[in-house]
Amino acid sequence: MSTTAIEVENIGTGIRWVTRRNVERGLSVMSPIILLLLWEIGGAVGWVDTRFFPAPSAIFAEAWNMILSGELWMHCSISLQRIAVGFCLGAVPGVVIGLAMGLFSPIRAVIQPLVDATFPIPKIAVLPLFIMVFGLGEESKYAIIATAVIYLVLINTVAGVRNIDAIYLDVGKNFGASRWMMFVDIALPGALPLVVAGLKLGMGVALLVIVSAEFVGARSGIGYLIWTSWQVFQVEKMYVGLMVSAVLGFGTAALLNWLERVLIPWKVR
Amino acid sequence: MIVTLSASAPSGARSAAPNKIVLRGLKKRFFVRGRPVEALAGIDLEIRAGEFFCVVGPSGCGKTTLLRILAGLETRTAGTIEITREAVDTDAAARHLNSMIFQEQSIFPWKTVRDNVAFGLKARGFSRADRYAIAAGYIRKVGLAGFEDALPHQLSGGMKQRVSIARAFANDPEILLMDEPFAALDEQTKLVLQAELVRIWEELRKTVVYVTHSIDEAIVLADRILVMSARPGRIKDIIDVAAVFERPRHVETVKSSARYGELFGHIWNLLRDEVAAARAAEDAGAKRKEAPPE
Repeated sequence: MSTTAIEVENIGTGIRWVTRRNVERGLSVMSPIILLLLWEIGGAVGWVDTRFFPAPSAIFAEAWNMILSGELWMHCSISLQRIAVGFCLGAVPGVVIGLAMGLFSPIRAVIQPLVDATFPIPKIAVLPLFIMVFGLGEESKYAIIATAVIYLVLINTVAGVRNIDAIYLDVGKNFGASRWMMFVDIALPGALPLVVAGLKLGMGVALLVIVSAEFVGARSGIGYLIWTSWQVFQVEKMYVGLMVSAVLGFGTAALLNWLERVLIPWKVR
Repeated sequence: MIVTLSASAPSGARSAAPNKIVLRGLKKRFFVRGRPVEALAGIDLEIRAGEFFCVVGPSGCGKTTLLRILAGLETRTAGTIEITREAVDTDAAARHLNSMIFQEQSIFPWKTVRDNVAFGLKARGFSRADRYAIAAGYIRKVGLAGFEDALPHQLSGGMKQRVSIARAFANDPEILLMDEPFAALDEQTKLVLQAELVRIWEELRKTVVYVTHSIDEAIVLADRILVMSARPGRIKDIIDVAAVFERPRHVETVKSSARYGELFGHIWNLLRDEVAAARAAEDAGAKRKEAPPE
């Protein structure tokens, strides 16, 4: 038996810190820090034109000032509110109509051509129309986000229902499931992975659309912050806006990933 | 489907058991790209109450189609099916005629083991407490106690099929339909599950129609084996295994017996030509596909 040999080998080894995984993690943390350092030094030495690329320290200082003055939160909260309201206005009907289309072919026959015909229109192109109809207030922002979100959620939900493995429907039928059970116990959970995928895509597009919409049709919000900072050449503020939009994107994605884990515990990751 | 009601109590002697399922001239025709394909060409068959009835045949012979017609998942083109229902008791109306155990992964990935097993009972309107109580007994019977709250992705392939078996038995149908439930499992797991299926079935004695491509599995499990011809499916022969191997049965004893080898050889002789015919038909089909459209 070689048991003793193995035990000897284990003594003193302890936990190995220098694993391939840890080295790669370290590299991943280091690369953005090194880039920021190079940027900072490059600005100080004069390799980088600080009119276009202000030093990271100046951007962080500006961000800190804007946090203290409440300006950043004002822009952030209004954009978040627009995203939240618009997203819900798009996602809820998207899921409901998508389920109905997936389950009942006459409904699909009516709605599918309308979706196919209007989906290719870039959503931001409808903004002038929405401003005309809803005015310059919040309603036009909600409407443009809802429009962008509903397509992606709806299309994915239909695909989710249509792609449910036929065997689950066979089981439902063989075991005498009612229409209600077919819907609640089979169609809905079966479609859920693609529904959530649609919600994730929708959220990504919602961010894209709200920033562009705020460029032209708003007096507040992250998009407005970026646009006006450019117009008055407050480049640091513009960078703060970019940074915040990245954080918003990251945060909403994390939120939806969490939602996915809660809603779809059976999904193998 | 004609369903008659009979009040006669099931008698003790196996051969004297009344017919449970009677098929007369059962035919099924599919249309594949506009071309009619004869799947079943007139099946006349009696399956007795409380019998474990196996169907073997070459691939594509229509044995799964036969099962799916019995399960109500497929319609028949011609012929009659008569099923004698058990005497009506208080909740007989709510009792399901048949439950199917499918070949592939068919348990719901989004339901726990407990909710999967209780699915049929939920469809029949049992309260949560009642269906969980019944499910618990069957989960124990298939050896999954302690896994009630597990989700299917946490289980092995063999454990998933145990859930599928428990789901069908828990539903307490009059007939159990099984479509190669162990085909996707490894050999050792298959042996264990076959032995357990024999044990559970010998305890409950339900009418079972079991489709398999494995001669070996059919001999181990069946009272009688129906050997089907290549497509279009016809009855080639019916072999009485119960006359050779008594119940209760032990898988190991059956397999090590000399009579097992004889039976295997006999069934293989019946099947060999049919398998060749099925192969030839497949090759012809493949050639037709390759040929340019007329």
